[in-house]
Amino acid sequence: MSLQQHPLSRQIRRSVLTQSKRANVGHIGSALSVVDLLSALYGGVLDARSADDPERDRFVLSKGHAALALYCTLNATGRLSDEALASFCVDGSALATHPEHVVSWVDFSTGSLGLGLSFAVGAALAARIQVSRRRAFALLSDAECNEGSVWEAVMLAAHHRLGNVIALVDVNGQQALGYTHDVLDMAPLSRRWEAFGWDVHEVDGHDVDGLVHTMESLPEIHAKPHVLLARTTFGKGVSYMENTIAWHYMPMSDEQYAQALSELGDGP
Amino acid sequence: MVHEKRLRTQRTPEPCPRTGRHAPMRNAFIGAVQEIAERDRRVVFLTGDLGFMVLEPLAERLRERFVNVGVAEQNMIGLATGLAEAGLVPFVYSIGTFASMRPYELIRDGPLLHSLPVRIIGVGAGLDYGHNGVTHYALEDVAIMRAQPDMTIIAPADPAQAAAAAHASTAIDGPIYFRIGKTGAAVAGLDGRFELGRLELIGEGRDVAIVALGSIAAEAVQARALVERQGIEATVAVVASVQPAPTEDLIELLEDRPLAITVEAHYHTGGLGSLVAEVIAEHGLACRLARIAVERMPRGQTGSLAFLNDAHRLCARAIAATIAAEPYHTSRPRRSSATP
Repeated sequence: MSLQQHPLSRQIRRSVLTQSKRANVGHIGSALSVVDLLSALYGGVLDARSADDPERDRFVLSKGHAALALYCTLNATGRLSDEALASFCVDGSALATHPEHVVSWVDFSTGSLGLGLSFAVGAALAARIQVSRRRAFALLSDAECNEGSVWEAVMLAAHHRLGNVIALVDVNGQQALGYTHDVLDMAPLSRRWEAFGWDVHEVDGHDVDGLVHTMESLPEIHAKPHVLLARTTFGKGVSYMENTIAWHYMPMSDEQYAQALSELGDGP
Repeated sequence: MVHEKRLRTQRTPEPCPRTGRHAPMRNAFIGAVQEIAERDRRVVFLTGDLGFMVLEPLAERLRERFVNVGVAEQNMIGLATGLAEAGLVPFVYSIGTFASMRPYELIRDGPLLHSLPVRIIGVGAGLDYGHNGVTHYALEDVAIMRAQPDMTIIAPADPAQAAAAAHASTAIDGPIYFRIGKTGAAVAGLDGRFELGRLELIGEGRDVAIVALGSIAAEAVQARALVERQGIEATVAVVASVQPAPTEDLIELLEDRPLAITVEAHYHTGGLGSLVAEVIAEHGLACRLARIAVERMPRGQTGSLAFLNDAHRLCARAIAATIAAEPYHTSRPRRSSATP
């Protein structure tokens, strides 16, 4: 099933547009880019039945600027109330454009790039020490891999064969001020992760069923850590945002909002 | 001053049976951490590939709970955050500069933001690393850690106090920065006392309070003896609990003393002298303050710790000279001799 038609993803995308329009904030393109990855994770991959279950899988949104997509996913899967979601960017709210762990279901606060994979690897190491089967997922941006601290965590996870770590990299080819190949080219990204000892899967980051299938077939015990290099389209689903640098920061006008909703459609 | 005589929980490490010498502060501290880890299965220990001849026994005892994470201090703090979120109590170990400054943002956005019990051990307080040079001198670690309201900061003055502080801090829920020295000298009269949020006093002189941070307290105690010969009565106050600050004890100490001298192997800004200045100003105390600290980045000047303490006026002789040069210790009547 193509992502555009995936009902959970469509619901999350509509919610992202609605909330970002209400709050008049940007980071819309980054949020739309990761919707299908979150849809796959929270639609079934994550073993996370209760927010305070110590045995739940951990998830770190290392690219914290896509927080709205996470809030909308939690809302669409019954984990965050409508009232809480409506507090996004309201004065005094905990729901900022970068996520804080004080929000239920947010395991780790992020917003500064390059921190989240270390948190996840620590969570995975804890699981090993505590003899638990739980896993640790981290969602990074491709440009986040510019951060040296990412590779510190990459090396440690590989050295300790932490097969319970699953990193997802949102490879949309864009960063704040330009395209990644113009700013700081990380290609060939897959060979870099492979060379650091990871089990690399290059996948379509908008194919929810394919993502679920890939993640459910990963070996966990004393295996290489896993990374899904997920090819995505920045601003996925809204034609004028797709692959356009300006939509890293821009909020929508009324006309743009109407067009975006119309393009997404409202069918199941 | 009653609290000098208070009963404290204290453990004084035994001297080496072969040499009769006390273990250096970091060995005493790590010994205490090992005792804590043997009682508490939640304790895990990470090192950034440092601790030769210090951590080997601990590594052997903790087995899978001990991880050398390699030369990667940022990741070490990130890992500790993930470990602590899962209910473990991670200690992380490196040289003070590397433990505090390289991963500072991770410390802030990890253990501090998430209110997690990560224990950061920064070894080499101030100029302790002597011949290793300026990259190894922790001269601003207290300042940057004090900038974080939720960071507990403990800077023991000698091996016995380091061990006592380790044991006294196990109940603290949030992160702790331990500023651990390398020297082994015991501070005479300190007797391993430590209490969170309190000063430890040596002597009861009312002319001047010498307020000292870390192992430089040994020089302060010697300076006290030197000025006594000139008829100046001094109290040495050891600040090992930097945060929470011993505010009430400082007020009690300084409200009836005309002069305070702070002594720290640290830059002026943000360290012990700043802390004491804040207490004096905010509580309107009529106490003159002179701060002895490292004035500027010591480029091109390395050497033994003794040489560096001399060069930076942190030695007993220089402390005594600073006190003698201050007119304030006799400039106003003492409260105790004032007639009603």
